[in-house]
Order: sequence, then structure tokens, then C-alpha cells
Amino acid sequence: MRSPAPSAPAVRETSTVTIRPARLAGPAPYAAALVCLLLAWLVCYPLLMTLLEALGGPNAWTLGHLGDFIHRQDEWMALWRSLWISVASVVLAGAIGVPLAFLFERTDFPGRRFLGAVAALPVALPPLVGVIAFLFLYGESGFASRAVQGLFHLQDPPWHLAGPGAVLLVHAYSMYVYFYLFVRAGLARQDAALLEAAASLGVSRLRTLFTVTLPLLRPALGAAALLTFMTSLASFSAPYLFGGGFRVMTTQIVASKLNGELGLAQVETVMLAVLAILALAAMRRVEGSAGAGGATGVRGIAPARRRLASPLARGTAFVLGWVMAAILLLPHAVLALISFVPPFTWTTETIPPVLDGRNWTALVTKPEHLRPVVNSLWMAVAATVLAVVLGLAAARLAAVRRRGVLAGALEWLIALPWAVPGTVFALALATAFGVSQPWLGRFVLIGTPWILPLAYLVRNLPLTGRGALAGLRGIDPALEEAAASLGADRWRRLGRIVLPLLRPALAAGAGLAFITALGDFVTSIVLYTYDTRPISIEILSSLRLQDLGMAAVYGVLLMTASTAAFLLWGRGEAR
Amino acid sequence: MPPFLILEGLDKSFGSQAVLRNLSLEVNAGEVLALLGPSGSGKTTALRLIAGFEAPDRGKILVGGEDVTALPPEKRHFGMVFQHYALFPHLNVRENVAFGLAGRKLGKDETARKVADALALVELPGFEARRVGEISGGQQQRIALARALAPEPRVLLLDEPLSNLDPTLRERTRRELLRAVRRVGITTVLVTHEQEEAFHLGNRVAVLHGGVLHQVAAPEELYERPATRFVAGFVGRASGLPGILTADGGVRIGDVIWPGLPAPDVGTVPGTPVELVVRPESLAFSSEGDRNALAGRVVERRYAGSATFYAVELAMGREVEVLASAGAAAEGDTVRVAPAPGGLPARIFRAAPEVLQLEDNPAGPPHVP
Repeated sequence: MRSPAPSAPAVRETSTVTIRPARLAGPAPYAAALVCLLLAWLVCYPLLMTLLEALGGPNAWTLGHLGDFIHRQDEWMALWRSLWISVASVVLAGAIGVPLAFLFERTDFPGRRFLGAVAALPVALPPLVGVIAFLFLYGESGFASRAVQGLFHLQDPPWHLAGPGAVLLVHAYSMYVYFYLFVRAGLARQDAALLEAAASLGVSRLRTLFTVTLPLLRPALGAAALLTFMTSLASFSAPYLFGGGFRVMTTQIVASKLNGELGLAQVETVMLAVLAILALAAMRRVEGSAGAGGATGVRGIAPARRRLASPLARGTAFVLGWVMAAILLLPHAVLALISFVPPFTWTTETIPPVLDGRNWTALVTKPEHLRPVVNSLWMAVAATVLAVVLGLAAARLAAVRRRGVLAGALEWLIALPWAVPGTVFALALATAFGVSQPWLGRFVLIGTPWILPLAYLVRNLPLTGRGALAGLRGIDPALEEAAASLGADRWRRLGRIVLPLLRPALAAGAGLAFITALGDFVTSIVLYTYDTRPISIEILSSLRLQDLGMAAVYGVLLMTASTAAFLLWGRGEAR
Repeated sequence: MPPFLILEGLDKSFGSQAVLRNLSLEVNAGEVLALLGPSGSGKTTALRLIAGFEAPDRGKILVGGEDVTALPPEKRHFGMVFQHYALFPHLNVRENVAFGLAGRKLGKDETARKVADALALVELPGFEARRVGEISGGQQQRIALARALAPEPRVLLLDEPLSNLDPTLRERTRRELLRAVRRVGITTVLVTHEQEEAFHLGNRVAVLHGGVLHQVAAPEELYERPATRFVAGFVGRASGLPGILTADGGVRIGDVIWPGLPAPDVGTVPGTPVELVVRPESLAFSSEGDRNALAGRVVERRYAGSATFYAVELAMGREVEVLASAGAAAEGDTVRVAPAPGGLPARIFRAAPEVLQLEDNPAGPPHVP
């Protein structure tokens, strides 16, 4: 799951704190260089190797694979589909998320708080789980389809959940949350005095919306749009399961690799990586200008929520809110229900005829069912611990040496894996660690239990590293200076001041990293071995074996873990 | 006895910007020295150099004869109170105050006793278990002081310690701060941009401007005999009048000659263009017949309770400020202004280029921010 990196922790600030660059004796330069090298080896090196091998290097330079890519129409088709699907996802997600944000931030009606929280739920659902929940609900033999079929006595299912429409449906469902959360936060930050100023100047409400409110939301809208675009560009689960013949870049890469066209897969990987890095660069520009754009000097008080006065409006908002909640919660509920359907008992009925706990018992009693859970758990824990340590080290070094070249490099290195689609990383790791050239830093890790934790670690670095960096920047440097003036050396300052203050940010980052690794599908499908098969791969094989109940059991496990981590993250974010 | 804290020729630049130039200062044991200056004067940088948070580009810092220039802050054994206090938000009052005692290998009871002593010193006994977030700003300031003093540091550094308090609280807290510092008798360096604070707390005051030390002196001397034009304008209120030095040491301003005390660099050459800087209480309204008075018109009357200030636009184009009784004049009155008999002598400075420019600028004398 791709989620916005957690921001600064809830550090209590006494008042407006002037942040001066920390100039306490920093760690020795070689420490920064060492961490930088390690990160470069983990993050950049595999990508670089992929680029080299895509060009046939270093032994047989060729533009042949590139030529293949350029001359094949289906490659351009895939690139074009990735692009338009992403743009369409942005439009759809914005169309849903922005009005919802206004509804929950600017108006008040019964149940607003609860429904407002429910509206953020899809962000906690791992993509693959969301996809199978949709499958169980709206798929050809899903609940909704069966209900409609039964209601109208149709011969065939009323619709097919396949192709671009299905992909877009899943994207809209899971990605509107970015717009919803970003715009809500943006609205909460706006100063009520600005609206009052507009009103006192005789400007109508509608004109104020277009001339004041929306322009001020531009950074939030821009950030949400880019995040949605990049998530959609990297999206794999939905096109893989619903796309069918409709191939986008991510599924095309995996298909090429399965066809044995490794060179072509590498070219595709490079293309997608370039696209994603361009998007990241655009994102950082938006982030950079957000600070300047939002400058109205003093932060005022957000406008009071408008209580919907007319009973009709209140009633409408109430009903719409609950309908929305039902729609949003339905996939979760369906997943939970199906986890109680024993294998091969549900065929043509609208409602499953038998419900019992057989699947859950099987999970605990049959080693082959428990194995993926154990695998995912240890791999996620190992990857998370390492990602926290490495992310914290990099963030600390980048924060202390904030103006140096190394600091900039460190920041880029911990942000990069966040922009690069999981498929790209998976293929890059497969390329870099598929041969043994120890003198070049290449080892055979493919086929060993170590490749997946390594992949999860790299993918999760941004969650822990960016979170830690934001957290570190939120800590008043005077606190560390105060500790130093009281005689605390570097390690005591770290242990007693920095780490305790950073705990919310680290916990949030670690929580997100853990659930991302636990539910990972996109890198796993490229890199797993039978012995290290994670939960997501087992979900897929359960589906293939028509064992829907077992797939749902795993889905519920991931969903529960994700929701728990989301609550933890939410707590870390709370002010 | 030699000075306890010595700054020797400190230079500091950030990038291409020189923030401190050749700063030398001496602080005696047990003395409170106030670093006074406007923002950007380098006073905070000077304090951070002393604390060890920044390293000087050149120069030395000595404490009790020991060169500490290369020592990191944690080895200097100085106490510091930060502008925003920098109390550790995740620790309670006891843990904050005890933080600096950790390296001492004290027993539990000994630590508790020292914490209690420090809290008693700042008159907040029994506050040990309070959370930092639940005490008031003034109390936070005192806890910060207790935390800095608990490890018995060699030097106490105060960075604008009162600027974060609202004005009504500030004066009381200032008195409490002074009491605590005097009771401990610790050598103290204080940074402030407020003259009143510097005068109240400092045995001596060092005035910095543009990274350059202008004068170090006791408050009285600073006010009565400012060494530079900047000090005269920054410390207290003052108006400047351009003139020419006369043979008998006075200053000719138009038709009149007013007396004054020349600053060290003025010299005695008659005809030197100078600026006479005069405090409001050194001027008075005089009678119609006074031949040594300058004519003008009251453009503003400012009643401040114990005193009333009159802004007078002189016929020659300058504006001066006069302190007089509340009923002395009204806005729009035509008046005559002369040196007050027995008042503080005006100060004569060499005319700076900007003084000459000011003649075209009717905005009046440069007021102290």
C-alpha cells in the first residue's frame, strides 16, 4: 500500500519556535558517507544495473531491446494505458474526494465525526485485499451481481468486472482518500478571517469559493493529484486481476518476464521508472512551492462548521452519509462474511448456504495454511526493524548536515523508492541480485529467503525515513542544545531527547512499513519462492483453487492488521 | 583578580555574511553582563559562541584561565536558559531539572535534594511531579533557570529569557530572576534587545550593532556618556541636531551655540561638522526672550503619565523631543526650545554621512525602536 509518509510528530512547542540550523558537533562525515553508500547500493544500484542490462551492458551493448520496445505497438499501448488510467484516476478520485472533504470539514450534521473517519478507511486496505473484496462483491459471482441477477431473473451475470472500467472503479474507491485527507487538512488550516474579509468586501459565497478557498487549496490539490497519479501508475493488483487483456506497464513488465523476455522487461522497467521519477520531481516542486503559496502570515482559526439548518438538508446529508458509509464498509463486511464460507459450498445461491469456522480452524491447524502467515510475519518484522534503523540513521544524518551535498543525496535516496513502482523495484532487484559478482556488490539472493525482506526493506525506507526526517525537523533544535549545555553527549542526547520525541513519528512509520510489507503483493509476485510465499501469494493461489473462503480469511487478517496500524498511525498524527 | 570569562577577538561569519567582528569582552566573576542590541546585531551569535553551539572563525574563549574554544558544549559546564526555554516536553519538572545531574554519579537522595534546592531557589518548591505542558509561561521560565543552575555551572547564559512572557508578567519575573542569580552569585551573560531589561539585570551592558561592539559600561555611563552615535540613539530617547564645533567646545546650530560633551573621537578642531545628540529631559521650553533658544512648533504631544513628551518641529527643519510638564504646551503651539538648566549635558558626535542625508529627510530624529 502506498500511503503519504507520516509527517511531524506531536511535539509540543512552547510557541513560535525559530528553527536554527543545528550546529552541534555532528556525526563524523564518514558515517554519512557510509550510510549514503549503503543506501545507494540498496536503492540506486539495482535500478542502474537494470538500465545497464536493458542496454545489453556491460558485455554486449545493444539497442535491440529498446528497439523491440519502440517497434511493438502493444508496448506503446501499455504506456498509453498507464498514463490515461492514471489521469482518469486523478479526475475520478478528485471528483469524489474533494466534495467529501468540503462536506465533512465545512458542514455539520448528525454522525459527521464517525462518518468522517469511515471515509478515510479505504487507505487502510492493502490493494490486493481491496481488489478481492471487490471481486467478492461486484465480480460475476459476487454478492451484488447475484442479487441483481436473482432480482431480475437474469440468465447471465448483469455485468463483467473486467477491463479499464473495473480498474478505474477500484482506483477511485481506494484513491479518493488522498484528495479527501489532503483537502480536509488544507481546509482546516485556512483562516476564517479570509472568508470574512471576502464577505465584508461584498463578494458572494460562490465567488469566494473560486477566488479565495480553491486557490489556497492548490498545494493540497496538487499534492493529492500527484500522489494519486503515481499510485495509479504503480498500481498492479487491480490491472493484474481485472485487466484481462487490458495491459498497463506494471502488468506488461511481469508478463514480459514470465515470457522470458528479460531484456524487454528491463526496458519497460526503465521506462516506467523514468516516468515515476519525473512525477516525483514534479511532486517535490509542488511541495517546495506549497510553503510559499500558503503564506498568509499568521495562521488563523479555521471557519466554524456551518450547521445545516433546514431539516431537509440535514436529512439529506445524514442519509447520503450513511449510504456512503455502507458502500465503503460493504467490501470489508463481504470479506468477513466469505471467510466463514466453507470450501466449495457456495455455488449458485444468492446467499451462501453454509457458514462456519472451518476456514479459520484450518488456518491454525494445517501447516500449509499457516506457513504463509508465518512467512509474511517474520519477513515484515525483519524488514521493518531494518527499515526503521536505516531510515532513522539516514534521516538523522540528513537533518544534522542539512546543507551539505550528502544531506541532499540522503534525502533523495530515502524518498526514491517511494516514487518507483513496486514492479520496477522487484525487477531491478531480480536483475541486480540474480548473479554472483561479489566484487561488484552483486550476490545471488534470488531464490533465497533474503530477497523478499530486502525488497520490503527498500520499499519501506521512505515510510520510516521520511517520517523520521519530518519528525526530526519538527523538533526544536534548542532542545538538543539544552541537553548538550547540561552535559549530555551525542548518544545521551539521542537516547534521552531525540528518540523519545521521535517516537510517534517512528511508530507511525514502522506501523505503515509493517502493514505494507505484510500485505505486499506487487514485489512478492516477482520475487517469491515456494518456501517464502507470503500471504498475498497464498490469496492468489486460493483464488485460483476456487477456495474463496481461505482467500477471505487471509484478506481479513491483512485488513485487521492494516486497520490496527492505521489507528496507530492516526494516533501519531493526532495533534 | 583577572576576569573570569574572556572573549578574545571573536570573528564569526555565516557564508559571506560577517555576523561578529573582532569581539573582545571580559566578564568578572559573579558579574552579570548584558549583551544589548537590535535584532541582527550579533548578540545571540556571541552567546551561542560562548555556549559552544557555534565555533568562532577566529579568536578564543577563556573561562577561569582555561581555553574552552575547542570544547563541545557538553564539556563546557555552562548553564543556559533558552528564549523558548527548551524544556523537554516528554519529561516532567523533576526529570528536566535533574537532567544535568546525570553525569555526576549522584545517589538518588542526593539528586532529589539538588532538584529540590534548585526549585526552592526559583521559588517553585514541590513542582517536581508537574508536567512541563501544564505550568504557566512564567513558571516554565523559572524551571528552565532551575534546570540550568542545578548542575552548578561555571557560567550562566540567558538568551532573551523574558521575551516570551507578556509585559505584565515580565517585570515580576525579571526581579525573581535577578534575585535567584544574585543568590547564587554566578557569572552571567544575558542577551536582550530591551534596554530596560539590560539596565535592570546587568552590572555592565555591552552594546552591539552590526556585529561590532560599540561600548561596554555600567548603565549610568552608557546613558550619560554614550561612546557612539548608535549607543546614544539606541539607549534611551534622543534627538540629533547637526552643527559645527566652536572654539570653546560648544556646537553652533544656526544662530545659537549649545554646550555639549564631545565623544572621544570628535577632537577639538573648530569648524568640524558634528551632531549634537540631546535627551528629551535635557531640553526645556524657554521664554520668548531667550536668545539661545531655537524656535519651533509642537507637532505632537504624548502624555505618558509620569512624563509628557513633546515633538517639536524646529524652524530649521529638524524635529526634537522635549520632556516637560503635562500642561507646558499644546499641539500647534509655537514654542522656543533651549538646553534645560542643570540637565544632562548633550553629547557631541562627529557628523556621520547619514546625518547629512537626514537633513533632507523631514522624518525627524532616528527614534529608538
